[in-house]
Amino acid sequence: MSDYTALTPDDLATMLAAIGVDSIEELLGAIPDDIRRSEPLDLPPGRPEQEVFAHLRDLAGRNTSADDEITFLGAGMYDHYAPALIESIILRSEFLTPYTPYQPEISQGGLQAMFEYQTSISELTGLPVSNASLYEGPSAVASAAYMGKLANDRSEFVVSRGVHPHARQTLATVAHGWGGRVVEVDLADGVTDPDDLAAVVGPETCAVIIQQPNFLGAVEDVAALTAVAREVGAVAVCSADPLTLGILEAPGRQGCDIVVGEGQTLGNRLDFGGPSFGFLATTDAHIRRMPGRIAGQTTDADGRRGFVLTLQTREQHIRREKATSNICTAQALNALAGVIYLAWLGRQGLPELGELMLQRTDYARRRLAQIDGVTLLHDQPVVREFAVRLDAPVDDVIAACQDRGVNPGYALEHDYPEYAGGLLVAVTEQRSRADIDCLATTLGDVLATWRSPLAGTEVTR
Amino acid sequence: MTAVTDFTQTAQQREVVATIFERGAPGRRASQLPTLDVPARPVDELLPARFRRAEPPRLPEVSEPEIVRHYVRLSKRNFDLDSGFYPLGSCTMKHNPKLHERAAALPGHARLHPLQRPERAQGALELMWNLQRGLAEVAGLPYVSLQPSAGSHGELAGVLLTRAYHEDRGDAREIILTPDTAHGTNPATVTMAGYRVVNVGTNADGGVDLDDLRVKATDRVACLMLTNPNTLGLFDPNITEIARIVHEVGATLYYDGANLNAIMGISRPGDMGFDIVHFNLHKSFTQPHGGGGPGAGPIAVSERIAPYLPVPVVGRTDTEDGAVFTLDVDRPKSIGRLRGFHGNYGVFVRSYAYICSLGGEGLRRASEIAVLNANYLRALLRAPGIGEYLSTPFDRHCMHEFVVSGGPMKRALGIRTLDLAKRMLDYGVHPPTVYFPQLIDECLLIEPTETETRETLEAFAAIIAEILGEAGESPEVARNAPYTTPVRRLDEATAARRPILRQPL
Repeated sequence: MSDYTALTPDDLATMLAAIGVDSIEELLGAIPDDIRRSEPLDLPPGRPEQEVFAHLRDLAGRNTSADDEITFLGAGMYDHYAPALIESIILRSEFLTPYTPYQPEISQGGLQAMFEYQTSISELTGLPVSNASLYEGPSAVASAAYMGKLANDRSEFVVSRGVHPHARQTLATVAHGWGGRVVEVDLADGVTDPDDLAAVVGPETCAVIIQQPNFLGAVEDVAALTAVAREVGAVAVCSADPLTLGILEAPGRQGCDIVVGEGQTLGNRLDFGGPSFGFLATTDAHIRRMPGRIAGQTTDADGRRGFVLTLQTREQHIRREKATSNICTAQALNALAGVIYLAWLGRQGLPELGELMLQRTDYARRRLAQIDGVTLLHDQPVVREFAVRLDAPVDDVIAACQDRGVNPGYALEHDYPEYAGGLLVAVTEQRSRADIDCLATTLGDVLATWRSPLAGTEVTR
Repeated sequence: MTAVTDFTQTAQQREVVATIFERGAPGRRASQLPTLDVPARPVDELLPARFRRAEPPRLPEVSEPEIVRHYVRLSKRNFDLDSGFYPLGSCTMKHNPKLHERAAALPGHARLHPLQRPERAQGALELMWNLQRGLAEVAGLPYVSLQPSAGSHGELAGVLLTRAYHEDRGDAREIILTPDTAHGTNPATVTMAGYRVVNVGTNADGGVDLDDLRVKATDRVACLMLTNPNTLGLFDPNITEIARIVHEVGATLYYDGANLNAIMGISRPGDMGFDIVHFNLHKSFTQPHGGGGPGAGPIAVSERIAPYLPVPVVGRTDTEDGAVFTLDVDRPKSIGRLRGFHGNYGVFVRSYAYICSLGGEGLRRASEIAVLNANYLRALLRAPGIGEYLSTPFDRHCMHEFVVSGGPMKRALGIRTLDLAKRMLDYGVHPPTVYFPQLIDECLLIEPTETETRETLEAFAAIIAEILGEAGESPEVARNAPYTTPVRRLDEATAARRPILRQPL
């Protein structure tokens, strides 16, 4: 076993003598006997590196990864290609192993990367101020809601059902703590209807929260929805997929006060759901209500350009119970992957990628709609993801497709009882026309099997 | 323009700082995307113009070599744990084993979609279940949720669990107690969860003032949040009495796991009487800090708190064909979700690998050596030449970290703790945490961790002695330090007063 320590018997003797004790046990004298353990922890004994690696490889081998099947699974995290240069940079010790940049003179690399990241997020979202990242997408939605509370101290949060179910659930969890009430607005033909929203909001509405594109893949009319929020003086919040913002209008230019989202699509791994990063951008008016770290530009004693963590009077280590948030950790390394990815994609690449997804997703949607037993759940414009309804038990269809090497997507009915048989299909740039054709064939075959007279004997539900 | 003959500047200091947005040229690019292989349709038909962006975002226009060079050069403007000593108190900057990056990068882990059906993610769920079990054993509390994303997130979970526990019993309470030495996250979390903070004082030995606690522990108190050892690096020997007082008024006792590295396998929060514990996997369990994240902040709780744990929780059922692992979301009393999906799995892989490598005995040995190293460094700093300038306020052995006061240094030599810290930068070490905890004058909080060698600790003490000696001769040297870093002291006041938070494009 390796414990990564360096203590030799000679070291131990020298050190104990210098301290003036006879044993390490003596140093632990403040711990009362009745809570000091004499028996070892009940854990398997330590193992050498090669055995630990073999164990972790065995566990990895029991998962079906995105390398093991042709996958159309999305629903919040997506199988986009992350170029090799990202890994080569973020695995450098200088980025991987420092702490939060508390000593700016020796942290200029990380601080400048944060500044570049903030610039990128501002540019994508169309808002002047970004923080240096948050934990991840759904909790970033909750953070935006809390900013709303700090801004107008109202208690009602109106959330479209097009917002990711995990984000809605997270908001409900944390809003309960500060006494907030969450009200959901149903979707109509796949999108949030501004009139339905107008019927729900009122003078108690703290914030209106929508998602672009929404959970069903549909493009929302953000401008119309934010107008409804503004009418009642509520803070307009949009959770957006950054990778679609090369072709979709920036929510910040459509009246949103706060734009947040999940950053995984920007050069981060799937990692079974994390770590990735959340982003948050806002207007100048809300700048001192923002949570998390923020990097700013300044000069050093000799007049050189440099970067520091700034606006720290918002933060917990200074303001304690009066802080705007308890968050101290950003997702610096994941955000770095994000900014490198955006530089790699570049000014031309981001809209190109958007259009590629747009075309392939449309192709996939039309191919699937031709299959017997498949109907579109909505016909709104989509970018990378769309929803269909199957006339067969969706969980079983997914399992049968997976047995044939294709993962067709996500079953909606567990989060949306109103969409029984619903399947959410994501088409990233990693899925070629051949992959899409394979999906169509496989899904068609599985559904045909289901519809055959023998189907009832195969599976009973 | 600075002359090349100006040898008072290092090469890095002479570099003209440019952001990635100031590099490149119009039309340049790094990415090549797959060609369109489906029949192209007019974009207007797919996405109406009113939804579309007229001008693409002004992202950088740079080649791959430009990107690589830019960020590699940036990286060299960072100090990092792999390069040198990093005794940042309360942050547990221990070695990040290289095995962990290799294991976490395996496609079966790194390329696994979080919504993959549990039947096809059994390896990941088993890993999470094993980690839950390992953390439960270290905490001495049987039920674990891996979901929180960081220590602060674990704290929020813990306070929301406390709220759910009291509400379920129809017992509305409004106060949470924190010691005046607490991490700033504690009071900030309390406010976010809708409670009011009341501070509890510290006694002459550095522990909780029991008399003050007895006065403040009323039936309106929901919880006491505590770190043990506390932020002074001292184990509070009265912990079982503290737990008794808190439990007597029906409140919960919360353990801030930031300082867990002192006690793994030696003493367990559950055995001390704590109800809820959060772990910082990026501290005691070796997740690299990444320059400020990612981390993970799992929580372990007692039986009475377990029904309220956030979802999902990984479950295990033993069948004839072996163990089956599930993601359990059907928990009616749960506080609900705290984030998307199942937590920072990539972090779990690394921390689990660490637990597998060390085992129970290894974890205890790690904590013991962390305590030994801290006490040895403390002894070195009490030696003549240092001890008269840096006082050790508490005359007892420390746990994994300790505080010293730069008060005597300030009075005798005219340099502040900040100056000492900045001068250390010229010696290639990271300074300790400074000015925290606030109740110690000119405080330094020093945590060497168990993975540092005796030589490193001695060299660090020698650096401090040298700086103090230098300050005796010419204090302005430290006052104007550092000199050799990529930039010198930065104007933080102007940065806050007139914030420039992005590159003008």
